[in-house]
Amino acid sequence: MPKDELKAEFRLVGTRPNRPDGLDKVTGRARYGADATLPGMLWGAVVRSPHAHAKIVKIDASKALALDGVKAVVTRADLPTGLTGEDWNLQENTLAGEKALYDGHAVAAVAATSRLLAEEAARLVEVTYEVLPHVIDVDDAIRPDAPVIREGAADASVPPGMPPNVVRYLDFGRGDIDAGFAAADLVREQTYKTEATHQGYIEPHACVGQLGADGKGEMWVCTQGQWYIRKMCSAVLGLEAAQLRVTPSEIGGGFGGKTTIFMEPLSLALSRKAGGRPVKIVMSRSEVLRATGPTASASMDVKIGMKKDGTITAGRAEFRMQGGAFPGSPVAEGLYCAFAPYAIPALQHIGYDVLANRPKCAAYRAPGSPMGAFAVESLIDEMCRELGLDPMAVRLKNAVREGDTASYGATFGSIGLIETLEATAAHPNLAVPLGPNQGRGIASGFWFNHAGETSVTLAIGEDGTATVSVGTPDIGGSRASIALMTAETLGIRYEDVRVNIVETGALGVNEPTHGSRATFASGKAAVIAAEAAIREMCNRAAAEWGIEPEAVEWVQGAAQPAGPNAGKFPPMSIAEIASKMGGTGGPISGHHESVPDGFGASFGAHVVDVEVDPETGRTTVLRYLVVQDAGRAIHPAYVEGQYQGGAAQGIGWALNEEYIYGKDGRLQNTVFLDYRIPVASDLPPIDTVIVEVPNPGHPYGVRGVGETGITPPLPAIANAIHAATGVRLRHLPMTPPKILAAMKTKG
Amino acid sequence: MSRIHVTTTVNGDTVEFLADPRETLLDCLRDHVGLTGSKEGCGTGDCGACSVRLDGTLVCSCLVLGVEAQGRTVETIEGMATGGELHPLQRKFIEHAALQCGFCTPGILVAAKALLEKNANPTDTEIRYWLAGNLCRCTGYDKIIRAVQDAAAEMRGAA
Amino acid sequence: MRYHAPQTFEEAAQLAAQAPGVTRFLAGGTDVLVQLRAAMVRPDDLIDIKKIPGTAEISRTADEGWRIGVAVAGAQLGAHAGLKADWPGVVEGMELVGSTQVQGRATLTGNLCNGSPAADSVPGLVAAGAVAEITGPTGKRTVAVEDIPTGPGRTSLTKGEVISALLLPPRGAHGGDAYLRFIPRTEMDIAVVGCAVSLTVEGATITAARVVLGAVAPTVRLVPDAAKAIIGTALDDAALAALTKAAEAACSPIDDKRGTIAFRTEVAGVLARRAARIAYDRARGGKQ
Ligand code: FES
Ligand code: FES
Repeated sequence: MPKDELKAEFRLVGTRPNRPDGLDKVTGRARYGADATLPGMLWGAVVRSPHAHAKIVKIDASKALALDGVKAVVTRADLPTGLTGEDWNLQENTLAGEKALYDGHAVAAVAATSRLLAEEAARLVEVTYEVLPHVIDVDDAIRPDAPVIREGAADASVPPGMPPNVVRYLDFGRGDIDAGFAAADLVREQTYKTEATHQGYIEPHACVGQLGADGKGEMWVCTQGQWYIRKMCSAVLGLEAAQLRVTPSEIGGGFGGKTTIFMEPLSLALSRKAGGRPVKIVMSRSEVLRATGPTASASMDVKIGMKKDGTITAGRAEFRMQGGAFPGSPVAEGLYCAFAPYAIPALQHIGYDVLANRPKCAAYRAPGSPMGAFAVESLIDEMCRELGLDPMAVRLKNAVREGDTASYGATFGSIGLIETLEATAAHPNLAVPLGPNQGRGIASGFWFNHAGETSVTLAIGEDGTATVSVGTPDIGGSRASIALMTAETLGIRYEDVRVNIVETGALGVNEPTHGSRATFASGKAAVIAAEAAIREMCNRAAAEWGIEPEAVEWVQGAAQPAGPNAGKFPPMSIAEIASKMGGTGGPISGHHESVPDGFGASFGAHVVDVEVDPETGRTTVLRYLVVQDAGRAIHPAYVEGQYQGGAAQGIGWALNEEYIYGKDGRLQNTVFLDYRIPVASDLPPIDTVIVEVPNPGHPYGVRGVGETGITPPLPAIANAIHAATGVRLRHLPMTPPKILAAMKTKG
Repeated sequence: MSRIHVTTTVNGDTVEFLADPRETLLDCLRDHVGLTGSKEGCGTGDCGACSVRLDGTLVCSCLVLGVEAQGRTVETIEGMATGGELHPLQRKFIEHAALQCGFCTPGILVAAKALLEKNANPTDTEIRYWLAGNLCRCTGYDKIIRAVQDAAAEMRGAA
Repeated sequence: MRYHAPQTFEEAAQLAAQAPGVTRFLAGGTDVLVQLRAAMVRPDDLIDIKKIPGTAEISRTADEGWRIGVAVAGAQLGAHAGLKADWPGVVEGMELVGSTQVQGRATLTGNLCNGSPAADSVPGLVAAGAVAEITGPTGKRTVAVEDIPTGPGRTSLTKGEVISALLLPPRGAHGGDAYLRFIPRTEMDIAVVGCAVSLTVEGATITAARVVLGAVAPTVRLVPDAAKAIIGTALDDAALAALTKAAEAACSPIDDKRGTIAFRTEVAGVLARRAARIAYDRARGGKQ
């Protein structure tokens, strides 16, 4: 719909009511993945490879099975054969076949009558390995002589003659790249690296699975997407999707990491072998870090041409990313996002997806985008300094606008980058004077957002209240935003809407809560479903009044004749219509399913002030500002929360978080003590500004807000550290040893 | 392994359970007593999701053995609201949107309550350091600090 | 695993001496439970010493020093005004161990017996000249704290021996101590480097000092050369420079996930300077 049709003022949208699930979550009543117990339940535990790369010679479970109370052991031999493509990848990651491909790779699983017994039994499973050479770092893995992780894993995009661990190759761009660089006054090229990080959700993966010999199964699981769990478990185990019913628990964070399967198929396979008794598996933190889906590590060459006035004439990015021992690093997304905030006439992008002996990466908040931004936004900052230009002015000068062709080829619809940059420039944080050893950095960031398969049902209750069934688990307050939009549309109170996250049997297929889609897609579908229910309620009123349905309109939660010619009847409220529905045609509901179009892209800009201890290289974040376009903030408090949470994760990635491997290829930091996510005392208040450039693709103007916020912190902090110290860190994380060493080298 | 009979007081109620001596208090609360409000985020004392009070002292229940609870008093998140009335911290957490996924919330509420009993008027910095052992990955802590401050102000006003 | 809760140290020592398999003593439990959970140790007998009367107490000794029970948790030390006035460096070292929650449980003795070279409370104890009272199957003995750890995860205690108290000497007049550690975050990390300094002054001149480094060698290291560098001085720039050099020279750290050799060495000097200044100010009764 055109922009000017968007309602400017709302009764509920834009307010900050208490979230519907708040009471359960502050009283400990909310049930998460590990909180379910079923009659006859067993506990599962997983046997994991201690080697980064090893041939599995033999698995002997006889000692484990001899323990009293051990009910089942499964190995790869218990899973069906003949899978291909991503289904095979998922199965191979669920349980290793011929080779263990990374430290922590599951090799077998056991079920027993208690958690301690299952763990004991897992230790008694004897696995004979033949250790193979391994490779961890992406630049090592792409060498022609690197240990080969899997023959034949490359797809058709990879030209002949490429190194053996390259499994996907990308090459795209536009314009005349040589002419672009020739037109510049300054051309610079640098290499940047980022290390793998983990989503770090506080809730470890947990599930209870039950599967009978008849192929019918049930699962309770913490997941971002119950249908993904169903589809993937079915594929890995050779089940029929319709026979597996997956109920999502409350979810203790995901950030992309809970959009796939890890131990879920194991609980089902164990259950089937144990005569159909339910099997609960709860990962430990070290299992989460070793064997779930961290993000990729990246090595990136970026070259930019800039004129003296700041105009960017050309950009070239060559990214190498490893996403573990399977194809699927977000190298494409990283390249698509890298130059997205800029209108640059000539661009070239080259990408390599590389295998390494690490866990199979999963999505992590704006997958790929933070790495690309780190490289490009750092280099732009470096060039601004060299040319004596204001980095904010250069970003504004080159900013993309509606109608521009994006660096990745699409045409931008309504976007709010200019508005975001202007709001940033006007913020008081930029006027705060800085002291010695302090510096300020800015950077922008981008995420496409996503819509995806969506199915929503709304049912009117006998008393005129409404129940909305959605398929996107509520990770950060989406029940509240969906209830607000539904109530706004129906013209009823916010409290009169209940939003339920339902199991796979209750709706058509839904994609997970990912891609910043829950409020956009489920919200849009809920509004359309509410409109369908409104039409039906108007029909019921029309029938009662004996007038044409078209002559009835819906105003403030009631049907009324549309104008004087329609007849003179008092408004009929939703409660009145609902109370009579049994006699006027039966239940009233609305339903919508589609892959909604019109999700709007989201841009953000961050400003950070840091202080660096010149004697130790330790960075303190003093001040932080997030400015981002939300399209429209349905529940502003949860929009701010997304901005702040994204920034906090980005700060951790920039300064301290990384996967550290030993020479033996084993992960060294498998607990929160050493995988250092920010704690409360590490962070300052995080200021936010919500820019609202409504998205015409959504009835209330929503664009996704969840992901963009993790993108700018990496370069913004690098830029601030440079401003504070004069040294440029091009390899994340920017730990005190790295900063101190750089300062000493500089002298 | 033989189990040990433990009698303890949890949120004012006498409870009994049989604990394997290797089981933590957190395991016992969750698996034997049926109180799943305390969460396990790490099992190593690094995340605070399992925070409870043991004889009034704030501890990680993952670092206490279940058998150590014999004869002691345990307070968990389930006992924080009294008589259907939410504690001001619980109310303020909802009002300020100080939770996203909510998994860290029980531990943070239990820890914040212990702080406010000790220090009714903490600075932001004091709150941040007190809660440094309570990891939250969703919120960036900003709204948590605000909610604790607002609850503290309300409790001071009421006192 | 069998769980024991003896009533006396003698009983605890006997239990441990007679146990056929792996034994662990349980004080605060903040290390032992982590090791249990990770199956790093799988004891056959776990001996909880917290039920022994007196173990949760801090008391004055006859010579105006302090006796600290083995079950005294960090938070208790922090709340003890008298101990804190005498030995602020010892207390602040312990208070840096873990979170508020961990402070509710973790003990000095446990931190010492864990045998980590990075243990935050140990440098302060060594700098203070603390002594451990050990109860064994054949009786009691006392040992200087610096002689307890013998390497990462190892101690000089023999089978059946258990620390039954820690003893701090009298502070005396014009003394001050301090402990600082370096971590990349603000909390919740293991020390990359730690440094404790305890000294006494006469007027502006340092008359005695002990300088101790953590996490730069297989055990916490007492550095007499560093003490020498500041004794007899008023902690002027030359003394601080000499202290820095001596501290750096005493380092034989490793490269690991927490820090590099070069970084640890450099920061050891930085922390020695900073800790010495704080201890000096405290000794002179000044502001910190
Ligand atoms: S579960 Fe106890 S501190 Fe994390
Ligand atoms: S709200 Fe999710 S971890 Fe805190």
